[in-house]
Amino acid sequence: MSRTSARKSITAVAGISALSLFLAACGGDSPTTTTNAGTSTSSATSSTSAPATSGGATSEGGSTEATETGSGGGGDVGAESDWCNTVKGLYPDTDGKTVNLYTVITAPEDTPYIETFKSFTECTGATVNYEGSKEFEAQIGVRVSSGNPPDVAVFPQPGLMRQVQESSGAMLELKPEVAENAKKYFPEDWTNYGTINDQFLGIPNNADFKSLVWYSPKTFEAKGYTVPTNWQELQDLQAKIVAAGEKPWCIGIESGEATGWQLTDWLEEYVLRTAGPDVYDQWISHEVTFQDPQIADALAQMGQVVKNPEMVNAGFGDVSSIASTQFNAPSAKILDGTCTLTRQAANFGSNYDASVKVGEDGDVNAFYFPPISEDFGQTVLGGGTFTAAFADRDEVNALMYYLTTPEYANTRAKAGNYISANRGLDPVNVPVVVQQEALETLQDPEATFRFDASDLMPAAVGADAEWKQFTAWITGQDDATTLANIDNAWPAE
Amino acid sequence: MTAGSGVIPPRIEAVDEKPVSARKLKAQLRAQDAKTKLSSPWASGVAIILAILWSIPTLGLFITSFRPVEDLRDTGWWNWFTNFHVTLDNYEGALSTTNGGLGGFFLNTFVITIPAVIIPISLALLAAYAFAWIPFKGRNILFVAVFALQIVPIQVTLIPLQTIFVSLDLQNSFWPVWISHTIFGLPLAIFLLHNFMTEIPRSIIEAARVDGAGHVKIFFVVLMPLLIPAIAAFAIFQFLWVWNDLLVALVFAPSPNLKPLTAAVAELSGTKGTQWELLSSGAFISIIVPLIVFLSLQRYFVRGLLAGGVKG
Amino acid sequence: MDWFMSPTSAGEKLLVMVVAILIFVAIVGIILWAIDRPKIPNWVVVVGFLGPVTIALAGGLLYPAVGTVIRSFQKIQNVIGPDGKRILVNGKVTTEKVFGFDNYSRIFTEDGFQRVLLNTVAWVILVPLLATSFGLIYAVLVDRTRFEKAAKALVFLPMAISMVGASIIWKFVYDYRQAGTTQTGLANQLLVWLGLEPVQFLQADPWNTLFLIIVMVWIQAGFAMTVLSAAIKAVPDDIIEAAQLDGATGLKLFMRVTVPSIRPSVVVVLTTIAMGSLKAFDVVRTMTGGNFNTSVVANEFYTQTFRQGDAGQGIGAALAVILFIIIIPVIMYNVRQMRLSEEMR
Repeated sequence: MSRTSARKSITAVAGISALSLFLAACGGDSPTTTTNAGTSTSSATSSTSAPATSGGATSEGGSTEATETGSGGGGDVGAESDWCNTVKGLYPDTDGKTVNLYTVITAPEDTPYIETFKSFTECTGATVNYEGSKEFEAQIGVRVSSGNPPDVAVFPQPGLMRQVQESSGAMLELKPEVAENAKKYFPEDWTNYGTINDQFLGIPNNADFKSLVWYSPKTFEAKGYTVPTNWQELQDLQAKIVAAGEKPWCIGIESGEATGWQLTDWLEEYVLRTAGPDVYDQWISHEVTFQDPQIADALAQMGQVVKNPEMVNAGFGDVSSIASTQFNAPSAKILDGTCTLTRQAANFGSNYDASVKVGEDGDVNAFYFPPISEDFGQTVLGGGTFTAAFADRDEVNALMYYLTTPEYANTRAKAGNYISANRGLDPVNVPVVVQQEALETLQDPEATFRFDASDLMPAAVGADAEWKQFTAWITGQDDATTLANIDNAWPAE
Repeated sequence: MTAGSGVIPPRIEAVDEKPVSARKLKAQLRAQDAKTKLSSPWASGVAIILAILWSIPTLGLFITSFRPVEDLRDTGWWNWFTNFHVTLDNYEGALSTTNGGLGGFFLNTFVITIPAVIIPISLALLAAYAFAWIPFKGRNILFVAVFALQIVPIQVTLIPLQTIFVSLDLQNSFWPVWISHTIFGLPLAIFLLHNFMTEIPRSIIEAARVDGAGHVKIFFVVLMPLLIPAIAAFAIFQFLWVWNDLLVALVFAPSPNLKPLTAAVAELSGTKGTQWELLSSGAFISIIVPLIVFLSLQRYFVRGLLAGGVKG
Repeated sequence: MDWFMSPTSAGEKLLVMVVAILIFVAIVGIILWAIDRPKIPNWVVVVGFLGPVTIALAGGLLYPAVGTVIRSFQKIQNVIGPDGKRILVNGKVTTEKVFGFDNYSRIFTEDGFQRVLLNTVAWVILVPLLATSFGLIYAVLVDRTRFEKAAKALVFLPMAISMVGASIIWKFVYDYRQAGTTQTGLANQLLVWLGLEPVQFLQADPWNTLFLIIVMVWIQAGFAMTVLSAAIKAVPDDIIEAAQLDGATGLKLFMRVTVPSIRPSVVVVLTTIAMGSLKAFDVVRTMTGGNFNTSVVANEFYTQTFRQGDAGQGIGAALAVILFIIIIPVIMYNVRQMRLSEEMR
C-alpha cells in the first residue's frame, strides 16, 4: 500500500466485525463528521448487530485496568491524573518545553490530534509543535541525514521507519518504562511491527482496517442483489451483475507518485485468502518470493477480476482506465449506482460528506471481503502508523509515554475518526458505531489480523517497485514479467 | 504595409517620468516604425488566437474555482456557461482557519521572497560587471564554470546545505531559505546580466573611463540605467521562482512559523487529497501577487526602450 | 536577539527581513567603498566584485556537485559479519563504499533507465525549441500593439502559477472519462464534439511524453516572450532605421535585422529553458508520477535519492552526473557564442 493509504487510515475507520461477516452497521453519522463522546453512548446502544463475541476484547489480559479508565469515559479526571502523576514522576523537567512532532497528517485532519495533545500540555506544561507535511516520506530522510531530525516522527509505514533507522541509527530505543507500558497495552503483534532489528522504536498509533467491499444498499435493493457472505455468493453476485450487462467492480489506483498502491492491497488480500497467513509472513521476509507459485497464483486469481474486461472498470472505462482513475474516485460511482462494488478500506466512508448516510439502511455501506479458502478462517488486512523518537529529553519521553496510554487512545478516539490497537481503548469512546465494530474485531483474538505486507517490506519494494510494476501490469504487462521485476528490486542483503 | 497610415499612438502612459522632448519624438517615431514591422491585422489576429489558446487552460481553472463542488466533480468547466452556478465556497474553504488561514503564510512568503530577490540580483550585478568589463586572468574559465553550475540540480545540494546550516545553528530561521535561494538564483542571474552587459557598446564604457570614472561610477551611472530591463526581467523570474518554490521551502522552512504560501496551498487538498477543489481557489489566491508584480514591472521594459535611445 | 533567529510576530518577521537586507547592503557597500580608489591593484578589484559570489557558489553548488560526482562511482554495500549477517551498531547497518561503474552500468543496461534517458533528451530538445519559437513570434506579433500589455500578461500568466496549480489546470485538459459519459477534460470533450473516441492522453505511450512537454512549453513560453520582448525593444534604433532606409520591411526586417540583433538573448533563453526542463521534475511527478514510460532523469533522481535509502544514493548521483553530461553540448555552444561576441566587441 502506500503513504496515501496510510494517511487515509488516520481518518475514519468505519469498520466491520469480521465475525458478523458483513457490516450490519447503523451509525448514521458520516465518518467525516466529528462526533463528540456524548452521542457515542446513545449510538452504541442502537447497535444491534454487534456480535456476541465482541465482549472478548475487554476480557483480554491486562485490560482490566484499561477498561476501568476507559469506561470512566465522561469523567476521566482521575484517570488522567494517574498517567499524569506517573509521567511527572518519571520526567520532571518538562514545564515550558516544546516537542517537535513531524507527521504526514495535515489540515484539516490534524485538528483532532492537536486537540488531543492539549491534555498532554495541561499535565506536563510542555507544548507539542505539530508539523504535518504531505512530503513526509521524502523529507524525513533529508532531515535525518542533515542532522536536523524532529523530536518525534509519526511514520506511515514500518518499512520506511526501518529504512531511516538502518541508514542513520538516529532513532532512539524506547525508554524501558515507555516500552513496558506499550507492551502492557498493545498486542505483541503490534509492538513487533514497531520493533526494528530488536530495537523497540515505534509506538503503534492508529490502526486501519482494509478488508471491505463498499456498495450502495439502495442499488442492491433496486436491482435485487443481496450482500454476499462467502466467496461463492460473491462469485454469484458478480455473475448476476455481468448477466445484467454491467461491470461489477470499479477500481482506481491513481495516487500521484504513489500510483499503484491500491493493487498491492488487492494482492495482499488474495495471498492471505489463497495461500494463508503463514505464507504471507514468509512473503514479507522474502523467504517466499514474488515469483513463487503461491504468489503467482494469487496474482493470477486476482487478475481474473481486476484485469477482466467484463468485471472492470464500471463507471470509468476499460481495464486500463484503472491506472488513471484516482483511488477514491469510485466513491461517487458507488453512490450514483454506476458501479456496484469497490474494494476499499474502512475509512473510505470519509470520502462522503455529511449528507451521505453510511450504514445498512443508508446510501453506502460495506461488507467483509469474504474468505476464498475456508482453511484460513477470517483474515483481516490492516495497517497503521508508528511514532518514534529522535531525542532523549524529558518532555519527549513524557510525550512518548503518553502515546502508549489508554488515556491518549481514548481522548484521541473521542475527537473522531480514530481507532487503535491499544487494548485500553474502550469502544464506547469511538463515536461512530461502525468504527466501534472495527475496533472490536481488531481486539478480537479469534480474527487473523495481518499487517499490510508492502508497508513492512523494504521501501524499495513496497513503496516503489510494487507500485510501478502493478501500474504497468494493469496497463498490459504480463504476470511473469511483473513479478520478476519486483523480485529484482529486492535489496541485496 | 505602408508606413504612416493608422498610426498607433505612442504609449505615453508608460512614460512615468517627464521625458526629454527629443526622446519623446524618438518614441513617436518608433511607434510609427512599428507599423512597418509585423503588425498587421493578420499578425494581430494570430496574436489574439495564440493568447486565447494560452489562456483557456487557466480560464478553465478560474471558472472551476467558482463552481460548486458537486458540479465540478462530474462535468467539465465549460458546462458552467449553460449550467450557471457561482459560489465562493472554494475561496472560503481555502481561507478558513481550519485550513490554517492563508494570511500568515502570505506574510512568510513575502518575508522570504523580498531578500531572496534583492540579494542575488545585487551580487550578480557585481559579478556580471567583473566578468564583462574587468579583464583578468582566468576570466573566461571562471565565467564558464559559473554558467555550468546552473545545471547542478537543487536536489543534490539540499542535504549538504542543510548540514552546513545545522552546524551554524541557523535552522528554524529564515536565513537558510534566503541563503539557498540566493545561491540557486546566482548562476542564471550572472549569466543573464552578463549577456545584457556585453551588449552595451564598449565605446560608452570607454568614454566614461576616459572621463576618469572608476568602476563604481561606471557601474552605477553608466550601466545601471541601461540594465533596467534586464534587471527587471530577472527580478520577475527570481521573484516567481521564489514565490512559487515548494522544494526549497519544504527543506529549509518546514515549521509552521516559517512555512510559505505554496507549502500551505499544497496541503489544502487535505491529507487524502479529497478536497482538491480548494486547490483551484488556492492557486488563484497565490497568483494575485505575482501577477500584480508582473503588470507593474512591465512598464520598466518600456522605459528600457527609451533608455535604449541614448545609445543611438 | 530571539527575534533575530526565530521571529514569531508579523512585526518581528518584517524587522528581520529589513535587517537582513541592510546587513547585505552594508557588505556590498563596504566592498565597493574599499575597492573604489585609484591605484588599487586589479586583483583586489576582481576579488571584491567576485568574492561573495564565489564563496556562495563554491559552498552551495560546487561542493555538493563534487560530492555527487564522487558518490556516483560509489556503491553502498552492507558489511557482512563472520556470522553471515549484517552488522548493526545502535540500529544502524554498517556499510562500506565500493568504487566502480556499477551505477552507470545499471543505468545504461536496464530497459527502464534507457527509456528515461530517451525521454529526457526529448524534453531537452523540444521544450526550449517550442517555447522559444513561440515566445519570439508572440513577442514580435504583439510588440507595440495597442493590446501589448494585456496580451503579454496572458501568456505570462502560466509562469505565475505554481506547479501545483499548473498540474490541476492540465488535469482539466487531459482528464479522461469513458466514451458515452460526460467528459471533464477539455481535450477529450473536443474529440467527442468532433465525433471521435476519448483518449487516455497520459497513458498513450509514447505520445504522453509529448503531452507533458506541452505543459512545460505552456509554462516556459512566458519566460521566453518576456526576455525576448525586452531584447527586441533594446535593439538600437539606428540599426532599424538604417535597415529601413535600405528598404527592409516586415518579415525581411525581422529575419535580417531583429533576429541577428537579439541573437545573444535567444541563445540565453534557449539555454536557460533547456537547463530548466532538464532539471524540472514537477510536471512529470505531479501528472504521471513517472508511470506509463514518461519518467525523466530528474524525476528518477528524486525518487532514487529520497525514497530508496542508501541503495538509491549512488544511482541518484549517477543520474545527476548524466544530467550534467547531457547539457555539456549546450554549454559548449554557449561558450562559443560568448567567444564570438567577445571578438565582435
